[in-house]
Amino acid sequence: MKVAKTAQLDRRSFLQVTALAGGGVVIGMYVPALAQQGGGPPAQSEWSLAPSTYITVHPDNTFTIIAKNPETGQGIRAALPQIIADEFDVDWSQVKIQQADLHPKYGPQSEGGSRAIPVNYDPMRQIGAGGRLMMLTAAAQTWNVPAGELTTGSGVVTHASSGRTATYASLSARVAAMPAPTVEAVKATYKDPKNFKIIGKPIKGVDNAAIVTGKPAFSIDVEPPGTLFAVFEKCPVFGGKAVSANLDEVKRLPGVKHAFIVDAVAGRGNNFLTSGVAIVADGWWQANNARRTLKVTWDEGPVATQSSVGYAAQAKQLSAQASQPPVAGAPGTALIGDAEAAFKSAAKVVEAEYVFPLLSHAPLEPQNSTAHYTTDGKLEIWSCSQIPALQNPALGAGIDPSQVTMHLVRAGGGFGRRLTSDYDIEVGKIARVVTEERTKAGLPSVPVKLLWSREDDLAHDQYRPSGFHFFKAGLDASGKLVAFRDFVASANSVVPANEFPRGFVANFSVSSAPITPFDIPTGALRAPGTNGVSFVMQSFIDEIAVAAGKDPLQYRLDLLASPVGEAAAAFNASRARGVLEAVRDMSGWNTRSSLPKGTGKGVAFQYAHAGYVAYVVEAAVGADKRININKAWVAIDIGRQIVNPSESTNLVQGAFVEAMSHMMAWEITIDKGRVVQRNFNNYQPTRMAQVPSSIEVKFLQTDFDPTGLGEPALPPAIPAITNAIFAATGVRIRSVPLNTAGYGWV
Amino acid sequence: MAYSLVVNGQMHTVDTPSEMPLLWVLRDSLHMKGTKFGCGIGQCGACTVQLDGAAVRSCQTPMSTVGAKKVVTIEGLSADGSHPLQRAWQELDVPQCGYCQAGQLLTAAALLVKIANPTDAQIDTAMNGNVCRCGTYLRIKEAIHLAANGGRRA
Repeated sequence: MKVAKTAQLDRRSFLQVTALAGGGVVIGMYVPALAQQGGGPPAQSEWSLAPSTYITVHPDNTFTIIAKNPETGQGIRAALPQIIADEFDVDWSQVKIQQADLHPKYGPQSEGGSRAIPVNYDPMRQIGAGGRLMMLTAAAQTWNVPAGELTTGSGVVTHASSGRTATYASLSARVAAMPAPTVEAVKATYKDPKNFKIIGKPIKGVDNAAIVTGKPAFSIDVEPPGTLFAVFEKCPVFGGKAVSANLDEVKRLPGVKHAFIVDAVAGRGNNFLTSGVAIVADGWWQANNARRTLKVTWDEGPVATQSSVGYAAQAKQLSAQASQPPVAGAPGTALIGDAEAAFKSAAKVVEAEYVFPLLSHAPLEPQNSTAHYTTDGKLEIWSCSQIPALQNPALGAGIDPSQVTMHLVRAGGGFGRRLTSDYDIEVGKIARVVTEERTKAGLPSVPVKLLWSREDDLAHDQYRPSGFHFFKAGLDASGKLVAFRDFVASANSVVPANEFPRGFVANFSVSSAPITPFDIPTGALRAPGTNGVSFVMQSFIDEIAVAAGKDPLQYRLDLLASPVGEAAAAFNASRARGVLEAVRDMSGWNTRSSLPKGTGKGVAFQYAHAGYVAYVVEAAVGADKRININKAWVAIDIGRQIVNPSESTNLVQGAFVEAMSHMMAWEITIDKGRVVQRNFNNYQPTRMAQVPSSIEVKFLQTDFDPTGLGEPALPPAIPAITNAIFAATGVRIRSVPLNTAGYGWV
Repeated sequence: MAYSLVVNGQMHTVDTPSEMPLLWVLRDSLHMKGTKFGCGIGQCGACTVQLDGAAVRSCQTPMSTVGAKKVVTIEGLSADGSHPLQRAWQELDVPQCGYCQAGQLLTAAALLVKIANPTDAQIDTAMNGNVCRCGTYLRIKEAIHLAANGGRRA
């Protein structure tokens, strides 16, 4: 694309308009405008003020729209451009989508926290509506008529009374010479949502055609000419270091070109370089096969003494502290009222211990990254990171981030695993060493593709932390909840100090004590704050309802209707009640007593990532502990606008399927400082036959700003299933995964 | 050693070790990236291709065992993306991340050749070896029915 001139680079404005050589115009946005609205830092610099290119109007009146964020399967490559295209008032069939490279001019570009829609919804509207307003203004000037007499549609401005029309392309030159409108003027032209033609419609995945025909669409498919393939063997014990290896023997293997030890380099958080041995070959299989010959002497380090059995034993010991109230105001605790005193006067006390394990993310595309380090000290990289950052490959390569060019490539699933970019750091290092070794041998530099095996992926994740919860609740004679206590023996665990029933019970105490040493890397998995906590909290609430002799769904509604203090900030009890009532009505909850013996319905709700979600699950359990989930219903409140109902429904049904894996089969255990599970054979994802015949999804569309979906859809599915198992069998599930207790799918 | 193999109707000659799996011959020797690597032990089905019409895990298929069998990959399921399953997959917007879908399609295509109009149970059985980590199973099943039904919604 040739940019002819920058007509109106008015830095006080938020829109950028640039004429294209040969006709057409590019409409972009200054990143400070986006960053300020998105809560990100205003990264104002010459670089960040470079023209972004959200909309390109081509001379043939078709439009290229930028998809700014990384795509990992959440459908954002369609969703954000949908918002621009609708406000710009063009047809989706006129639009071509282009993935943005990583560049500060686009503002924050990441996938995590279900933040893409809340952060970008309004800015994307501004770009589209701003472009449309400029087209209207240009036509009004051309025809010397009031803009109010003009309409738009399909990329054409129409003056109905005179029968004149002008394509956006034909107005480009005039638009490029105009001052950009103010944000206020643009917002005043927003469409009434009832007139949306693309937002809220089931737009199909942008890459569907490529996916079903096998075109290279994923990070693993990136293979620039001359690419060599790398594996990186790390110590199975976390923090262990490579001391020596039989590198000469490995280098003699067929196809192997390089083999070298990589030393650890400190970084930030989970983004550091781990010690290990890199093997680089003509093909990935040759590189990976060479690992059978590779013999590494490891310094396993201190973590080799740690184990899951040890963590659990320590958790049990720590639970002796459960009745000690936390220090008032200590971070990560809650102390409201006096739970211990309330237990003494309670009519009934319920106590239970709950546990959930470490989890690996296991996206189906193993971690990989492709980089080309050139002799001028620059690095080009193709990354599938969820938080792509130039700093990561730069750390590995030992260069300044300004020397890195990063392309964003579709990822085969994220789920939080790619929030950490260890593979980008590793490939930076390996690509540099390969280029330096080739330079010494008089050879030109080549790109290097690093690909982890599935075994690497399970053994070197940042795991969803486990949770050891020791609960106690007190009820009065009427069954009302009067005191609630949770003690967490924490291994970097989530401590639910702000969770429901906080704010709905007079005495609420949450505290924790650390399991030490605990040196397993942990990180965010889909809905990090609640994906395990929802299981324990919503299961224990279920136990309390049963102890009170009440309908578990109605018991939750009653609690939510009776606030007695401050709930978590932003928690809206009426929205929580709304999803519970909706799922009650969808699922025939009130007629569940007619279900056959061995079949039951369970309920759970969760507030997570600004969304409200409630599930009802119907499960049948045989005497042999074989479980069949007959059906699931889910009601969701994420505000007034579902941007793409097709992708949204797909995401929710997928979240339920993932919850089934968490509940039945997924567990990472540590023995001698290393992960026991090796591959999918002992980390089984849910399979088709296990999925219920229907997962019925309802979006309530309340009058709140639109928020994200990928994460909130997951957490309450797990306790809804385990509560259904209780309803079916009378057996309370207090530990997942269930296969460790002899359960399985039908 | 040198092997001749027929992929999507085209003859190729490659020089590879005999134990090298077909998956890596396709991806790294023939640069056909449609067939995906997921686990390397035949557990996930992402690498599924057809050998003489049967769905097999290409990560568990050494070159020495391919012989004259005709290999069909996702790139060759149809010339132009018009296989009824490819159309149904797009019609129902099946993919999330999309990484498993090539393998799902190859298994489903082999099923429909054997059973033109499979029941839910027959689909479950046939598709059991194909994992979708994103959990698009309900749409996959619906798309198989749609394709079996000549593209008409039931």
